[in-house]
This record gives sequence, structure tokens and C-alpha cells, in this order.
Amino acid sequence: MTQRILVSIFCGILFGVGLVVSDMVNPGRVLAFLDVAGAWDPSLAFVMGGALIPSSIAYAIKRRCTRPAFDAEFHVPASRTIDGKLVSGAVLFGLGWGLVGLCPGPAVASLVTGRWEAILFAAAMLVGMFAHRVATSRRNAPLQAR
Amino acid sequence: MTNLPELNFIWPLSGGLLIGLSAALYLLLNGRIAGISGLTASAFGWTGAGISALGVGFLGGILGGAAIAFAYIRHAELAIASSPLLLVIGGLLVGFGTRLGSGCTSGHGVCGLARLSPRSIVATITFMAVAAATVFVTRHVIGGLS
Repeated sequence: MTQRILVSIFCGILFGVGLVVSDMVNPGRVLAFLDVAGAWDPSLAFVMGGALIPSSIAYAIKRRCTRPAFDAEFHVPASRTIDGKLVSGAVLFGLGWGLVGLCPGPAVASLVTGRWEAILFAAAMLVGMFAHRVATSRRNAPLQAR
Repeated sequence: MTNLPELNFIWPLSGGLLIGLSAALYLLLNGRIAGISGLTASAFGWTGAGISALGVGFLGGILGGAAIAFAYIRHAELAIASSPLLLVIGGLLVGFGTRLGSGCTSGHGVCGLARLSPRSIVATITFMAVAAATVFVTRHVIGGLS
């Protein structure tokens, strides 16, 4: 377990550095990418493209592995069902992302600037996540572990 | 709308590679998806399995990595133009939506696309399209919203 926690911290650091280096942490940059009809800024395409290279290689390697290095099995979701929850969740997320320019990773990383806007957004995001938790635990008590 | 400084593509590309490397290592070492919305919820114990040390570690890593990067690699001024009300609405939508849709830009975008998950492909196309449409409406139809 200690190894897994250390891996989490290390991967978190890489992720946090990546968000700042790429400027994905900057809502203005994100909105400029999403603004296809305005002064379009292609930066984010490089972030996504760049991220997909190591990630795709890792998923190709995974196919030849029976288990990850520090766990007994892979915990990768197997569901292929496209349902209303998936699509409506993506719609709500897209709305919020397009309104402000922050998605969850940058929302966390931007906290270190100490900007009140970042803190307010992250707090509201946590409330949203908690609301989802409350809504789902009411619907299916006893709780389904996911 | 704020004026953004030009960004050489080397920055988003190398930042993206770091984010992808983080996702790759997290998969091959810990056997898990580096999705920040899921990790955030798990760090607060909102995924039905108690407080996850891996989630806490990853979030702590992001904060540490972002702090290091802001201090030593790239001094970036964040352009956040949203009003408090918009930040709250956006945060709630991003928090609830990513949980309902089981993922965000990292989980569906970086990890899901890399493994060609049909759910993630649909989710990513949906939230990108909705976010771009939201920016189009707020910037070019309403003519600026803050």
C-alpha cells in the first residue's frame, strides 16, 4: 500500500507540473481554445495530443500485462454501455467548463495561486460532487461500491 | 475577455506529455485511471469505499507539483474573468456533471480515448462540443458574460 501511495503522490506531482507547464491551468487559455469562432488558440490541442502519446503507449503495454506493478489486478472500468447518465453528465460538465474554463484537474492545481476565484470554484465543485453522492446514495441504499 | 500572451507550442506539448506520463505510470504501476474527478471524490470518501489514500496522495501531489511549477518553471498569471455567481454555477455543474458522467477531461479525455473506450469517446465529444457551444453563445451571441 505504501508503494501505491508513493506512486499516487509522484503521479500527482507530474500531473500538477504538466497542468502549469501546459497552461491548461489557465481558464483564459482554455476558453480561447474552446472559442472556435473567435481568436482561436490551438494550445489545448497540443496538450491533449501530447498527453495521448504516453497514455496510449501505456494502454498498449497493459494488454500484455496480467497485473500492474503494485497491485493484484487492474481497476479499469469495463463498461461499454452508453446511457443517459453518461451523456447528461458530460453535457452538464461541458456547460460548466465552457462558462468558466476550469475542469477538475486545473481547479485543484489553481488553488496554489491562492486566488479567491480558484477557491470559490473548487468549493462549488466539491459541493456539486457531494450533491451527486447524496443523490445516488438516496437512490440506491444500501450503497453500491464502485 | 483578457488578452492572452502568445504561447509557444513547446509549452502545451511538453505539459501534455507530462500529464500523459502521469496517466501512463498510474496505470502500469497502480493499475488505475488517472481521472481527477474520480480521484477527488475518492479523496473525500464519496465513491462508496471510504476515504481513499490514493486519492488524497494524488491530489496532494497535484498541489505540490503545481506549486513547484509556478515557482520554478513557469510563472503564469491566470486569466479568470468570471463573476462570483458564474464561478459558483460553473463549479456546481463541473462537480455534479463529472460525477454523473463518470469522468472529466483526464479520465475520459486522456485515459479513455487512449484505450478507445466507447463511453469515453462519446463523453469527450459531448463535453467538448457543449463547452465550445457554451463559449460561442456567451461570447458571440450574448456578447460577453462575466
